[in-house]
Amino acid sequence: MRQRAGPPNWSGATALATIAAVPDNDDAPAVVPTRGELFLTFVRIGVSGFGGVGPWARRIIVEERGWLDDRQYAELLGLCSVLPGPNVGNVSVMIGDRFYGLPGSVLAFTGLMSGPLFIMLGLGLLYARLGGVPSIDGAIGGVAAAAAGLFIGTALKMAERLRLTLSALAILGCAFVAIGLLRWPLLLVVAALAPVGIALAWRSRW
Amino acid sequence: MVNDLGTLLDLFVTFARLALSAIGGMQVILPEVYREVVEVHGWMGAADLADLVALAQASPGPNGLFVGLIGLRVAGLPGFCVAVVALALPPAMLAFGVSRVRRRLAEARWLRAAQAGLVPMVVGLGLASGVVSARAADDTLAKLGLTVVVALVVWRTRWNPLWLLAVGALVGLAGL
Repeated sequence: MRQRAGPPNWSGATALATIAAVPDNDDAPAVVPTRGELFLTFVRIGVSGFGGVGPWARRIIVEERGWLDDRQYAELLGLCSVLPGPNVGNVSVMIGDRFYGLPGSVLAFTGLMSGPLFIMLGLGLLYARLGGVPSIDGAIGGVAAAAAGLFIGTALKMAERLRLTLSALAILGCAFVAIGLLRWPLLLVVAALAPVGIALAWRSRW
Repeated sequence: MVNDLGTLLDLFVTFARLALSAIGGMQVILPEVYREVVEVHGWMGAADLADLVALAQASPGPNGLFVGLIGLRVAGLPGFCVAVVALALPPAMLAFGVSRVRRRLAEARWLRAAQAGLVPMVVGLGLASGVVSARAADDTLAKLGLTVVVALVVWRTRWNPLWLLAVGALVGLAGL
């Protein structure tokens, strides 16, 4: 079990803010955003996410804002990855809830979705008007190549900063080989690896 | 344009069901979206759906939002709204429920183990999705080089990678 600062206190942001930041403690965020910051930050994550929002969510939440540390973020993402729906959408709901309960979830989630939705609606209406996709295939392909690097670099950074044990690295490797190289179905891989990871975590805290 | 309540209800049920089966992210259900939209409901042809997917890739944000474009095509603005709500709301409500349980049981050892135990897997999955995208996207040496450079910059520095995405767009436009 990890060291804990005290009983969890979710009554309000001011109470939260007075709890000293303890690394690895899930109940004591170092930085508490205002409601406006919560909303606008997720707007930014949404509209930055060309080719996928995952790397941007981690970069902005952990590195820029310091709302969660590396491990807190990775644990939240892990939980969200076994839930259905857009992973970062689920992350936004949980981070919003963490700071401001249900209103926080609504703010973070609508912030994440609103920018991309308006852009997509605009593109969709333009497409309906023009009757075809303008030839921007080349640009999309180039952005996809850069975005692939974004995912790879983010995973390497996380693996490094989480200081994983040998057995954790083995699970990381299995997930990578099964999905990235062998192209096995995701659901199968998750169903096989999640119990192993959890059993290992149960026996030894990493 | 078919725009009656029956179609909207169909859109809602179809995408809510797909969203709730999308464990691990929306890209997983793309084949199933194709089957439902093209084969089961006949809302559009395969080429039109491919156009919409390409269009969605030009837009930032969570991948699954392209179902909004399907709704827009099938039933106009109401269709757009219904498809997006069907996709977004059920998983978000589930996530909120899990978030509450998570907070209530924060002390429970099994929950701590469950959360910690999923960490290495999710990092491995992130690495895998990068490599899978790279294998699809890197059809030239310049793009492969770009992927490697971006990965190194993101891994080793704190520079903002947004300008690298812009470089990617230029590389692609130049046909490199």
